[in-house]
Amino acid sequence: MCGIAGLIHRGKSSNVGSELQLMLQALKHRGPDSTGYALYAENDGKNFIMRFKVGENVGEGSTSVNEDASVYDKRKKLVDNMLSELGAKVIKEDQLTPYSFRYEMQFNDDLMEFSKKIESIESVEILSIGKSLELIKDLGDAATVSERYGLGDVKGTHAIGHARMATESGVDIKSAHPFWGYPFSDVSVVHNGQLTNYWNNRRVLENKGMRFMSECDSELIAVYLAEKMRNGATLEEGMKDSLTGLDGVFTYFVATKDSLGMAKDTMAAKPLVLYESDDLVAMGSEEIAIRSILPQEIDTYDPFDGEVKVWQI
Amino acid sequence: MANLKTAEKKTKAQSMGLHTEVLTGKTQQKFFNPDEEENFFYWGAYDVDFNKRTDLDVKDMDCKEANRRIDELMSQGYGTIVIKNPQGKHSLGVGILNKLNLIFEGSLGYFGVGSIDGPMVRVNGRVGWSCAENMMAGKVVIEKNAGSCFGAAIRGGDLICKGSVGARTGIDQKGGTIIVGGDAGAFTGFMMQRGRIIIMGDVGINLGDSMYDGTIYVGGKIGSYGSDAIESPMTKSDIDWLKRKLKVAELGENFDVSKMTKVVAGKKLWNYDALEPTEKKGAI
Repeated sequence: MCGIAGLIHRGKSSNVGSELQLMLQALKHRGPDSTGYALYAENDGKNFIMRFKVGENVGEGSTSVNEDASVYDKRKKLVDNMLSELGAKVIKEDQLTPYSFRYEMQFNDDLMEFSKKIESIESVEILSIGKSLELIKDLGDAATVSERYGLGDVKGTHAIGHARMATESGVDIKSAHPFWGYPFSDVSVVHNGQLTNYWNNRRVLENKGMRFMSECDSELIAVYLAEKMRNGATLEEGMKDSLTGLDGVFTYFVATKDSLGMAKDTMAAKPLVLYESDDLVAMGSEEIAIRSILPQEIDTYDPFDGEVKVWQI
Repeated sequence: MANLKTAEKKTKAQSMGLHTEVLTGKTQQKFFNPDEEENFFYWGAYDVDFNKRTDLDVKDMDCKEANRRIDELMSQGYGTIVIKNPQGKHSLGVGILNKLNLIFEGSLGYFGVGSIDGPMVRVNGRVGWSCAENMMAGKVVIEKNAGSCFGAAIRGGDLICKGSVGARTGIDQKGGTIIVGGDAGAFTGFMMQRGRIIIMGDVGINLGDSMYDGTIYVGGKIGSYGSDAIESPMTKSDIDWLKRKLKVAELGENFDVSKMTKVVAGKKLWNYDALEPTEKKGAI
């Protein structure tokens, strides 16, 4: 069934890494397979942050094929070579697990072409590119992933996250949420539900040059919105269009470098509880997610069917 | 249990030779003793005193432990229990088949006070999905908002939300009354079979979709009607009943109930019952 959570601090930064961890851990019963974070962090905004993986986590109930770790080094070298060819200058690199990396880099050209070239290397997937977005996803619950990637101290303005129960595709990182809104920097999406016109939409979008990295139906939302924005729509316009363009049941969150949005399908079949104040918006599949960071008595509500909301930082 | 052999006033059935045996079974005594002041109570129900009051802090308890503690307190005669720090936990206060004043000082998660029969419940907060599902009797008052499937399949009692509720309120309702002070979402009264729903504000799309019976009253705008839900004229008895019911619900002192829209089943879907199997396929 999956659990989603999100929060946005308006006008200030906070410890969004630990806050989102608490929220997602409270939703663990909704999705024990994998956990993902999209944190909009306090970076200097000068350089791009690229998070990418060169293989899969093959432990912890993974459905991925086991690989010799030596292939990871080979693929990383191919990525480094490709970055040089593309004129990207790596300022700092971190290896977080044997298969995942975080590069801080300077790059001034078309991100779509850049991404296509990098992802042409076997088994390499860009998880995100952005100047504030830090997208982390892996197998395990929220606490496990947070500890593995050192997310507890990440400060920022907003964040969305996902606790996944795999129903439509495998237990692996490529099917885990959030999904990056390729090829837009700093766009991410999490989803709870099932989309029934996935393949129809996917064929149309692929013909328009958009890319899918998994067979997870939720990835469609990120690609769908990215394609709308690529053609000039605002985030909110794209989200409103998705209410009729996407078929099935869904509640999803989307985040950009300075905003956070939610959309709920016209049947209101998937849960969402929302808390909204002047300086904080927090939302999750269940109220216990919000209570994990706001234990005091607060007023919350369920958005209605077909509702779309967007908040700015 | 009255001794049927010695009862002075024989029923018609007895005069026909039926019911001549002496019923001594314990369960029978508990369920059917006509001498009891309150005619029905459950086997194992506790005799509680409403003036005997206690607090229960459930902050560090899971729902099973909290519900077990409520049961223990009732067994000790407590008739008024105040639950502190529910903090959105799921399934609190479920399965209470007892008279009881139960007060939650905070919000509940999913399935709050589900499958209850008898208690008076007040939630000084919000409730999540499926609050009071399958309630048989009693009164539940929610001071803030409620999630979807509010009062799903209730059979009786009064279920009141002073704020707004989500989608599918009163889905599969089989009796009782649901009262909402604010707005309600899509598919309100979906497949309801009996009972009444009062929405003082607006409702979403597909109101009363595929309802078999029952009545829905709406004070505000209606997004759209569902299949086989139709408008019906308000009668004087409707207005009198609505006034009484809203007073009980502590809502709408100055609300003009005569301007509400009354929605009932068109009962055309009932034609399915009269169709041959081959005809049903065509009808669908």
